[in-house]
Amino acid sequence: MSVDIGDPAPDFVLPDTAGEGWSLRDDGTAVTVVVFTCNHCPYALAWHDRIVDAARDYADSDVRFLAINANDAERYPRDSYEAMQARVAREGWPMPYLHDATQEVARAYGAKTTPDVFVIDAAGALRYRGAPDSDYDDPTQRAAWLRDAVDAVLAGRTPERSQTPPVGCSIKWRR
Amino acid sequence: MWWEGCPSTERALSELRDALSDVGLGGEEVRMREIRTDEQAAAARFTGSPTILIEGVELMAALGRGAGDEPAALNCRVYARRDGRVSPTPDPQDLRDALRAAIDREE
Repeated sequence: MSVDIGDPAPDFVLPDTAGEGWSLRDDGTAVTVVVFTCNHCPYALAWHDRIVDAARDYADSDVRFLAINANDAERYPRDSYEAMQARVAREGWPMPYLHDATQEVARAYGAKTTPDVFVIDAAGALRYRGAPDSDYDDPTQRAAWLRDAVDAVLAGRTPERSQTPPVGCSIKWRR
Repeated sequence: MWWEGCPSTERALSELRDALSDVGLGGEEVRMREIRTDEQAAAARFTGSPTILIEGVELMAALGRGAGDEPAALNCRVYARRDGRVSPTPDPQDLRDALRAAIDREE
């Protein structure tokens, strides 16, 4: 399965690292940024600080960021729930880090890589999907594609760039 | 050694060829080996893609910064650039240093 631009983004309830459940559609936020990510992928790690900076920069706007780890923790123990908890405790994230243990959410979104970014409007429609910016190796990019999409949705516009190829490590599906 | 689930192979190969040219080994053969299964990864001690062996010695191990107790897995390998950034490919200067070390071992 996957979600096309303009389609309703699948709802979900997933636990964060403190055990609290988070839903896509529970608070009428203007923009929700869903980022499929993980603990061990160099692409996810290279982009992580830029995504964190964006989450902090939009903290006073009507925007929330939800990071989701769907990787198979059995084959990749560094993506276990316990490892997610340890990482958040160590680094202090400005967004919840959700565990998709069954991988149903990642499959419903058609997530392919870590990272894979989805920007969703208040009505629950997908408005951007793809990479945070054009180059994992260039921190000056500052997650520009993600920010452009968020700014457009906040302004009531259609993002100029609504879809880019996600770049990163493949999601580690269970066998 | 490379794994198809990681998109860094082409860049790593390009940077390796550049490094070979920089140290005067531009004519040397680069052999590519695809790792497809967990079993192959374990047998080859493959801790992630790309893993580069120079004359049989793993690149980062040659620099005293081996993968340590990292488990073998079909994975993208995490490298650290010299400026501290995380990268899916080795720092080009690390490549050149490891190649020069291999040249010194041969002499």
